[in-house]
Amino acid sequence: MKSPFTPAPPPAAAISLGPPMAEPLAPLDVIVEANRCLNCYDAPCTRACPTSIDVPRFIRRIASGDLLGAARTIMEANPMGASCARVCPTDQLCEGACVYTPAAPAIRIGQLQQHATDWLIADGRTLFAPGPSSGKRVAIVGAGPAGLSAARDLARLGHAVTVFERDELPGGLNTYGIVPYRLPADIALWEAEQVAALGVEIRTGVDVGVDISANELLAGYDAVVLACGMGAVPRLGIPGEDAEGVWDAIDFIRRAKEAGAVPGLGDNVAVIGGGNTAIDAATASKRLGASSVTMFYRRGAERMTAYAFEIEFAKTEGVEFRHDVLPKRILTDGGRVTGVELIRTDPSGSARPIPGTEYAIAIDNVILAIGQSKFAALLDAFGVIHERGIAVVDDALRTNRPHVFAAGDCTFRAGATDAMVVVAAEQGKSIARSIDAFLREGSG
Amino acid sequence: MADLSTNLAGIRSPNPFWLASAPPTNSGYQVMRAFAAGWGGAVWKTLGEPIVNVTSRFAGLNVGSVKMIGMNNIELITDRPLADNLREIAECKAAYPDRPIVASLMTECSQRSWHELVHAVQTVAIDGFELNFGCPHGMSERGMGSAVGQDPALVEQITRWVKEAARVPVIVKLTPNITDVRYTARAAARGGADAISLINTLNSLMGVDLETWNPIPHVDGKSSHGGFCGPAVKPIALNMVGECARDAQVTVPISGIGGIATWRDAVEFMLMGASNVQVCTAVMRDGFRIVADMIEGLDNYLGDRGIAAVSEIVGKTVPRFVDWNDLNLDYKVVAHIDPATCIHCNRCYIACEDAAHQCIDRLAGEGGADLLRVDEEHCVGCNLCSMVCPVEECITMVRVDGGETVHTWRERLSLPS
Repeated sequence: MKSPFTPAPPPAAAISLGPPMAEPLAPLDVIVEANRCLNCYDAPCTRACPTSIDVPRFIRRIASGDLLGAARTIMEANPMGASCARVCPTDQLCEGACVYTPAAPAIRIGQLQQHATDWLIADGRTLFAPGPSSGKRVAIVGAGPAGLSAARDLARLGHAVTVFERDELPGGLNTYGIVPYRLPADIALWEAEQVAALGVEIRTGVDVGVDISANELLAGYDAVVLACGMGAVPRLGIPGEDAEGVWDAIDFIRRAKEAGAVPGLGDNVAVIGGGNTAIDAATASKRLGASSVTMFYRRGAERMTAYAFEIEFAKTEGVEFRHDVLPKRILTDGGRVTGVELIRTDPSGSARPIPGTEYAIAIDNVILAIGQSKFAALLDAFGVIHERGIAVVDDALRTNRPHVFAAGDCTFRAGATDAMVVVAAEQGKSIARSIDAFLREGSG
Repeated sequence: MADLSTNLAGIRSPNPFWLASAPPTNSGYQVMRAFAAGWGGAVWKTLGEPIVNVTSRFAGLNVGSVKMIGMNNIELITDRPLADNLREIAECKAAYPDRPIVASLMTECSQRSWHELVHAVQTVAIDGFELNFGCPHGMSERGMGSAVGQDPALVEQITRWVKEAARVPVIVKLTPNITDVRYTARAAARGGADAISLINTLNSLMGVDLETWNPIPHVDGKSSHGGFCGPAVKPIALNMVGECARDAQVTVPISGIGGIATWRDAVEFMLMGASNVQVCTAVMRDGFRIVADMIEGLDNYLGDRGIAAVSEIVGKTVPRFVDWNDLNLDYKVVAHIDPATCIHCNRCYIACEDAAHQCIDRLAGEGGADLLRVDEEHCVGCNLCSMVCPVEECITMVRVDGGETVHTWRERLSLPS
């Protein structure tokens, strides 16, 4: 199938930056693994999945040779099912709940899910169809996992959906912000195509609040979904931050994914942060040629928010870790980064610096991965109440404005919910149900 | 080491594991390899009038990722000249004089024809004959194999003819493609057979190709019913062996055949009355090497129980294989689920709920985990939950009747025994 999003230049499906984190299962492995599944009733794996994929059912369908049925079971429950097969922390979710553990290895659910969705992608067919038209129009701000999932289910419920996306391509962080050896861009783009195939209009390159106003959306649509995600990595607020060679991790991954190379990348790279984006930036630096990549995290290893399997992967890629340490100052020469001055922090986990423990290292690049900034101004423009850029929503994902809903990263309070793709997908599904009820109530 | 030697109607072998008459005993090369691997005896691939085989002959029954839990076969008897087979039999006997070689025979239904075949084969030193009254495919359309084996009168008649000419013990191999195998078993005994062997293969069609809609296996787009064998037929074979073993009119020893793949299977057949066992499908899947595991496994089993000779176990379970009318209606077991080993797959729950007697309750246990509990008052002790449980010994069937009384249906109706 021809992609309606074929970019020029692509953030390139073709750019892999080396072998995938997990190779697809070999055909023999698929048969053995699918048949090893016990087909539990009211299965713990399904209960552990935020989107409630009926895991035993899709595995049974793989085992019986019905890959179409398997893929439909997955995609029905999770519009991001192909991405999630690759990026979900399965050891914390479905596989972690597998009844085989700990006595025997868990069923490799993620890889079986990848097998089924890979089959569907290669097959090229579209699984779902739009519902009978409701005559209602819904605008969605942001074509990331939450926005696309909402769009898919809203279209299946018969609503006319327009998605506004600031970037040139849909998919959000799945397309731009995850390294290709974890999630190739073409997987995220395929999921967006599946949504577009339902008649959803995805208007890329349209920055809501700049190219089109919040009021235009509020006035022109029966409901609005804010799924705008988050923005650039915020500033650390230390000297030297504006030097050449200091990069935003999201921007760095994006450039690596677009071009397969990042000009100016030196031998020694410091990554500041402890989340999955920090890990991605570190492993990408390695794969792009940096000889020494070190991650600096202000608390202990146990507090890192990156998934354990990501941390293990980074170690196997040769990334080094330093814990309980903060950057105090970025050292420069002629406007270019030459090193970092670091200070140790209180190992109790407070991240409080310990005076007198400063030390400096020579570094060619500093990549900052200390979280993402919030789109507070955008939320303000929609009149949505928020807490420091995090939209306040109720259980039905309604904001204070009656026809404005919000999902995804722009609603995730730190510590409240894991900002996982699979959770964003479930929120998208959930918001579609809420909006459908709201719109039909209104018309009834 | 326990004495593993067996004696079937005077045919002695160093262990109970014989190769059945089948593709693995098609040639001297194969039988030599088998004897080198340790097989106790071999029934040579059926000798008779030369035939022509088709290509594409076998098909496997797979369940899940397990290959060949059964197979079917449309290959006929030997397609090699009798003289070649006899020469190779002699060579094998010379190399392994302690291993019996039994010649399987099949020919048209006339006294002269059977006498000629017996005389021709007896020109070499064989240890016995096995009359192939069993093959359900191909030859049966020519009035041989199971076409004979399904008619007790013909079984008796041909057995008599062969006994007139044979100087070595005669085993009659029975077909399972029959309503009650005891009738042909009795006929063989009446005809003078020294032993019976069972079962031969079951009529079968392995499958249909979902892409081409051809039957499987196909010969240029067409197929024919074949003979089904392998682990999947074991329960059928074990029942037929048991039925013959407990029948007063089947007065001859039994060679057990049908799905035997391990020493465990062999022990079961011998407990159910077989003096030895014959194996084919397991070898077709894994090669002759499996016999080493069978011999050692059997020896370990006997050794652990202090049983000096394998012959001591023959038939020991036969008295416990009775009519349904003689089962104790007072015996009662109920399922017990061990919460310590339960992995909460809920397979027992859904099996009982949908297919049995709705006697397993899902309760909230400590820490919110599911707790599965059997409603013992209503549990009928069917065993289904323990069968679907993936954890060994997690669900056990516990006796609750006290064991003091025995009441049978026969007693209840005052039926004659």
